[in-house]
Amino acid sequence: MSRVWKSIAFAAGLALSATTVAAQAPQKGGILNSTLWPEPPGIVIGVNLNAPTLLPATKMFEGLMTYDFNLAPVPVLAESWEIAPDGLTYTFKLRRNVKWHDGKPFTAEDVVFSFNEFMPQVHSRSRPTFERVKTTAVDAHTVRLELKEPYAPLIRSFDTLSAPIMPAHLYKGTDFRANPINQTPVGTGPFKFKEWKKGEYVHLVRNDSYWQAGKPYLDAIYYRFIPDSASRALALETGQVQLAAQTDIEFVDVARLGKIPGLVVTTKGWEWNSTISWIELNNRRKPFDDPRFRRAILHALDREFIRTNIFFGLAKVATGPLHSSSPFYDPNVPAYPFDPAKASALLDEMGLKPDGGGVRARVKLLGLPYGELWSRLSEYIRQALGKVGVQVTLESSDVAGWGSRFANWDYDMTTTFLSMLADPALGVSRTYLTSNIRKGVLFTNTSGYSNPEVDALFAKAAGSTDEGERKRLYSQIQKIVAGAAPIAWLVEIQWPTIHSAKLRDAIINGFGPNDSFADAWLAK
Amino acid sequence: MSFWQSFLRNRGAVAGLAVLAAVLLLALSAPFLFSFDPWDTRGAPLQPPGEGFALGSDMLGRDVLAGIFHGARVSLFIGVVSTVFAVVIGVVVGAVAGYFGGLVDDVAMRFTEFFQTIPSFVLAVLLVAILTPGLASIVIAISVVTWPPVARLARSEFLALRHRAFVEAAVLSGVSHIRIIFGEVLPNALTPIVIMASLMVATAILTESALSFLGLGDPNRISWGYMIGAARAVFRHAWWLSVFPGLAIFVTVLAINLVGEGLNDALNPHMRRRTDP
Repeated sequence: MSRVWKSIAFAAGLALSATTVAAQAPQKGGILNSTLWPEPPGIVIGVNLNAPTLLPATKMFEGLMTYDFNLAPVPVLAESWEIAPDGLTYTFKLRRNVKWHDGKPFTAEDVVFSFNEFMPQVHSRSRPTFERVKTTAVDAHTVRLELKEPYAPLIRSFDTLSAPIMPAHLYKGTDFRANPINQTPVGTGPFKFKEWKKGEYVHLVRNDSYWQAGKPYLDAIYYRFIPDSASRALALETGQVQLAAQTDIEFVDVARLGKIPGLVVTTKGWEWNSTISWIELNNRRKPFDDPRFRRAILHALDREFIRTNIFFGLAKVATGPLHSSSPFYDPNVPAYPFDPAKASALLDEMGLKPDGGGVRARVKLLGLPYGELWSRLSEYIRQALGKVGVQVTLESSDVAGWGSRFANWDYDMTTTFLSMLADPALGVSRTYLTSNIRKGVLFTNTSGYSNPEVDALFAKAAGSTDEGERKRLYSQIQKIVAGAAPIAWLVEIQWPTIHSAKLRDAIINGFGPNDSFADAWLAK
Repeated sequence: MSFWQSFLRNRGAVAGLAVLAAVLLLALSAPFLFSFDPWDTRGAPLQPPGEGFALGSDMLGRDVLAGIFHGARVSLFIGVVSTVFAVVIGVVVGAVAGYFGGLVDDVAMRFTEFFQTIPSFVLAVLLVAILTPGLASIVIAISVVTWPPVARLARSEFLALRHRAFVEAAVLSGVSHIRIIFGEVLPNALTPIVIMASLMVATAILTESALSFLGLGDPNRISWGYMIGAARAVFRHAWWLSVFPGLAIFVTVLAINLVGEGLNDALNPHMRRRTDP
């Protein structure tokens, strides 16, 4: 069968399965097995924020809301909410029939405790958000959040990953990080903690008194620790596990698994995470201080080649600072198509003429030490820039060394990737704001890019609650920043989720496998 | 029987020498036969061996055959240079220990044993990681982990020769210690060291491959170990990426070992009986 026919048949199969899925009612029962690697240091969000922590934790804990594929809010523990016209007061009505796994009722006290005490103390990513907020209980099932000035990203900060609601009766007055309850977490989510067998699995079981009557459908979930990616792929193939996600499976293997009957590959469900990979350029160093040099780098790279041959199609060419899944994304920004002649012309214009060996500039690239894919990327960048006379020497290091050199601005260029999160004020501005140039801290403005106009626009956009105005402001920012190209955006990584075709309704919003799985079910 | 006569009687050694010569030719001819950069994309990625690429192409469309030719340069270079360093260090330490004896011997041997107690590959990995991966750091790491056996061998040879009449005569006639060590004793102790060194080249090539396989190679130079390491993730899609460089390492290391055996037979008069029934 030719490739064209295969893909047509595949598409037809998809359409067919989509209609049959819609027609089927969820079936109760069944045990879901998922891979989880590496084994997390803990499974309480905030106390730990590693990616593997989130998968089991999101099944046991819940936030006030979740966000759909378009990052629009969907109620979870909050029934409804109201935002005052001045953007300074948020009032949440909480669900009344919610119980903690230990049987105690969930009340406004838990929310007040989580927002005023737990998040600011342990959740490093959400701390800046909840430090702006004062939360008070109006009655047992109503809370009010007050701000000193409007903060637009707040409405996208109430998901389980950013603000899980913790049981006040078990944590209040304790050392949150050392509390023994962290070993046997108690949440409100559809699954309860059963057992953590070190080195083998985390076992969660159905919460029979879950507030959504009849849910969850699954009886239990096992998160199994399988250390080798080839073994994980094999476990999927043989049906030992029904779910694997993100970096569990080598990108090169994903397409092969997708062709196996009974397995489904999807790249949906990472809208909240929305990862962009780029080459960080040290704007303090010559010749990177010249925007023409940075633009030349972008023109010299065939990002379509990177997408197809390095990320094996699980990526989309990035256009600028915002991820295309963001509601504020604007595609009409200065573009950098693959054009080595244009790159050479820009370098000529800068006065960087080729010497006898055809070399215009000598620079170093510190590769991200995350495995083979990133090594290939570094090798490709070296060859592509070499073609326009920019001689790149690769530097290698271990993860700690990479992080330390990157954070302390000790690099020419380095490859990296970062999650853009639910709102540009949370995930995007941190890379470009002058006020976020903080030596020694990773994932800040490490490139040293500084533009007062961009700073002012970011501040205005974060302080406005008018979505239309924010969209206009972020459009302006995207045009200016894409034009200056302080960093060389490569691709948006489309993390794959690979699951058994029998697993249904698992990927239903912008959190993908990090959703609560209250709706997930296994077909018999 | 002359050296060459006894060497040529060993068919394995002759075959090894021929293969080794071929590998050397590969390394020397690489810049002429494949004048392009072996890291360059030359066509479609993951093409099986055939018309486009004699030995196939890798995930970035790089020519595997060109990689093998250019990789031979790195493998041979590291094999020879790090062995030379190791032999120099080992001979100096061993000669001083064996010649002077006493306290000097004790100190030198305890120092040598210190290196021998650490698993050599772990030490090599550690050294490369600390020195940041590169050609120089790999040569240093391999030399540092391979010199102790040379030192022990040199010491035993020197101990045996130290009190022979010709050495005593040289001492009595006032020749300096350095001249006695390198001018009188060393030439007589050289044979076993040369044989050992020839086998060490093979070990060095294997060690370099193992380091590169673990991603601790020089990221700017293509080598056989690197090619296998990079191919690991796509082994189920493209067998040719790991098989050909693997064969190259296998054949080269085997050839060096055969040559080493041949040298041993030809140079070691006690062993000649083995090929001389």
